[in-house]
Amino acid sequence: MENNTLLATEATILFAGDSGDGIQLTGDQFTNTTALYGNDLSTFPNFPAEIRAPQGTLAGVSGFQIKFGSTQVFTPGDRCDMLVVMNAAALKANLKQLKPGGIIIANTEGFDGKNLRLARYAEGVNPLEDGSLETYKLFKIDVTRLTKATLGGSGLGTKEIDRTKNMFVLGFIYWIYNRSLDTTIRFIEQKFAKRPEIVEANIKTLKAGYNFGDTSETFMQRVEIRPAQIAPGRYRNINGNPATAMGLIAAAKKAGLKLFLGSYPITPASDILHELSKHKHFGVGTFQAEDEIAAICAAIGASFGGSLAVTTSSGPGIALKTEAIGLAIMLELPLVIVNVQRGGPSTGLPTKTEQADLLQAVYGRNGEAPLPVIAAKSPGDCFYAAFEACRIAIEHRTPVFFLSDGYLANGAEPWRFPSSADLPEIKPNILNSAPAEGEKFLPYGRDEKLARPWAVPGVKGLEHRIGGLEKEHETGNISYDPENHEFMVKLRAERIEKVADYIGPQTLDQGPEKGKLLVLGWGSTYGAIKTAVKSALDEGYSVAHAHVRYIHPFPKNLESILRSYDHVLVPEMNNGQLVRIIRDRFLIPAEGFSKIKGIPFTAEELLTKIKTLA
Amino acid sequence: METAEKTVTPFTSKELVTDQEVRWCPGCGDYSILKQVQTVVPELGLNREEIVFISGIGCSSRFPYYMETYGMHSIHGRATAIASGLKATRPELSVWIVTGDGDSLSIGGNHFIHLLRRNFDVNVLLFNNEIYGLTKGQYSPTSEKGKITKSTPMGSVDHPFNPLAVVMGADGTFVARAMDRDPIHLRTILKRAHQHKGTSLIEIYQNCNVFNDGAFEVFTEKSSKADETLFAEHGQPLVFGAAKDKGLILDGFQPKVVSLSEVSANDLWIHDERDRTKADMLVRMFDDPSREGHFPRPFGIFYVEDRFTYEEAYQHQLTEALARKGEGDLDALLSGNNTWVVE
Repeated sequence: MENNTLLATEATILFAGDSGDGIQLTGDQFTNTTALYGNDLSTFPNFPAEIRAPQGTLAGVSGFQIKFGSTQVFTPGDRCDMLVVMNAAALKANLKQLKPGGIIIANTEGFDGKNLRLARYAEGVNPLEDGSLETYKLFKIDVTRLTKATLGGSGLGTKEIDRTKNMFVLGFIYWIYNRSLDTTIRFIEQKFAKRPEIVEANIKTLKAGYNFGDTSETFMQRVEIRPAQIAPGRYRNINGNPATAMGLIAAAKKAGLKLFLGSYPITPASDILHELSKHKHFGVGTFQAEDEIAAICAAIGASFGGSLAVTTSSGPGIALKTEAIGLAIMLELPLVIVNVQRGGPSTGLPTKTEQADLLQAVYGRNGEAPLPVIAAKSPGDCFYAAFEACRIAIEHRTPVFFLSDGYLANGAEPWRFPSSADLPEIKPNILNSAPAEGEKFLPYGRDEKLARPWAVPGVKGLEHRIGGLEKEHETGNISYDPENHEFMVKLRAERIEKVADYIGPQTLDQGPEKGKLLVLGWGSTYGAIKTAVKSALDEGYSVAHAHVRYIHPFPKNLESILRSYDHVLVPEMNNGQLVRIIRDRFLIPAEGFSKIKGIPFTAEELLTKIKTLA
Repeated sequence: METAEKTVTPFTSKELVTDQEVRWCPGCGDYSILKQVQTVVPELGLNREEIVFISGIGCSSRFPYYMETYGMHSIHGRATAIASGLKATRPELSVWIVTGDGDSLSIGGNHFIHLLRRNFDVNVLLFNNEIYGLTKGQYSPTSEKGKITKSTPMGSVDHPFNPLAVVMGADGTFVARAMDRDPIHLRTILKRAHQHKGTSLIEIYQNCNVFNDGAFEVFTEKSSKADETLFAEHGQPLVFGAAKDKGLILDGFQPKVVSLSEVSANDLWIHDERDRTKADMLVRMFDDPSREGHFPRPFGIFYVEDRFTYEEAYQHQLTEALARKGEGDLDALLSGNNTWVVE
């Protein structure tokens, strides 16, 4: 690289523009290229619920933040070093995210009179021209004009030319960070394979953006961020939803079962349905049901028939499935219920992230209806958590809640993927023959895990009936006997508690085994807590971090960990849910720390809070 | 489980009886239906272990507990959805859904229509008693307007469903009506339902002698049955009446009751269960029997259509994907197309 290149350890870029500007695609491309280059990274796509929100307005702004570095990266960054804005609304909505003295790259055409009005700037005010941005490094580029100049004579219409302008910006950013265009060129060739003229136009614009950096001298300083020193191995880039889908496929394969997904489209879970639909050659069947209830009921039917059955949804859909989850608990059949949480209640914030369905998962059913609940902590971890949810469901014959959220679903990170040989076998033990002569088949008999047999239709001599009415112990016959009901309620609770015998102990993520403060997290807050606790430890504070995957039942040693610190802080993207369970279960004065804004915690927010307690 | 060549172990009706005490009210029409099903099922060439009865909630939904086959008594309205998942993944099973007018047409209405349009190869026995029995006597979606029940002391203001018109509207491929009090006819229809490849829907008029006694009396009692009902048989003229002296003709697009003393039997409407237009007319003969000039209520198989089943298409895609791409390689899936190595 040239002499004027700055060597940095990390950078955070926020791409922002109209939801029709191709911002998510630009972000994804930059992410893939950066991952392949070898940086560690974390991303945060943030977009409106409307497919095409009113153009140019603040409501229509779509953003994609990526933090990447030569050091380990656990969050998409609190504030960004560079803000790339395609229009005035994108600047207005995101300027507060930019670090003091940060870089703004602005598409000047997005700051014409109309765009300024739509972004609600005062009449006659243009932030690019009035000096209000002088504390930042502002680079104005007329992307639209340059794109038009690039594709003049290409024969494409104005609209089609305009659609390639995100490639110009991407090319320019690639130039700044000295990145190869190859990944994106391959992507363009595949995506538009049927339209060679569009392939050519996009590649031409991408290269024009790159060359603009070289020739224009608008940007004096390029930045070099070397590959990260992370654990050796083979990596890929991964988002949470595809990771979840792969975890389900892997579990089915390891169990020797067919995978069945019953699902109904809902944001932000639909991508799991899309992904699984592509993998029919793995024996994966997907059923897009008429509604959320049918989706889970079809899964229950498939489970009764001996498939690994899964239903995927988000909060409002889960609410609809509630009665059927209760049925699955009574039937004691394997079932995985995936909730990719979003902001609630009701329709809430469909495209924003939240962790507010934890109590729904743990308690939200009629009657005493316990089931295991496990949560993923990062996009790559969705794979392992989904796999583990399947293992527990199959081996313990129970519905299991797997909690992900919008941030994990759409966020990306480099992932050192496992080899299939490293994954544990799952033992379904489906009964394939009738009991010996003279012995009666007991549909609700119990094994050492207190699980009942999985007897699927087709096996002679195992004909039996199951249902939602209370069961007599062992025979499974309908029973209204008072003693039996209490016994069965306790048995159903005990067998879920027993799952704790078959999971690993809770571990500390970092920090001392005893001290002033334990930060106890769950789910997608992992990266932010890890970053904050690391900073606090570096500054000499007495703080540790534990992140729970198994929320019901808890690992058996969790209590002793909690009691090893003066204070326990539970940060959550809700109004305090895990903290209630912790207090209830262990009678300790755990303190909650809430953020309920539809966006993840920043490490800085957490660090400030940690310092008040550690 | 699927085997190359199926061997069938015959079983008797008695072997279909479970050790559970049947708990319907004495005199309930459900007893007769259970008896007919237990009589017909052993004659279908099936193994007992490949039969599954799935129900929702309601009096009729206790049915699976009384059948010594595989069975599931599920939740209200969802038997159809549960059966869909089972049949999609285990197409070789013989799946029977037992449901009622409340279960299938009220709380489970959505799954009911989608089951029909997808045309899973299952048999649906819709016990219609025009009342909520298990919850002790509220009006149902098939109760007539003005019905006085516990929840409608001044009479129901709901216009009722014509169940078979709903079935035709949802593109059902086997549309039939039977009654609890005509066991021979019911058994014939049950057999045909099993033979049909696709969703076989039988609406069975079933008397609830506790909360809605006599709802179908006019169709079932000897004194009125012959004049008030019309038993349609494929290829036969539509004739009814105690003396078989009345028939139906089509006057343009209008069905008309005629006396056989005036019209020759050769000119009558010949029932063709493959004729969708005529089937639509038959299921629309849904008059209140007290109305002057009403049509008789038709029974029988009104419509049969051969259409691909959901599970065939679903399984075909799985086979096709396997043939095209080979068995999925988990390691290739995990690594994806873009990887890099950190030393």
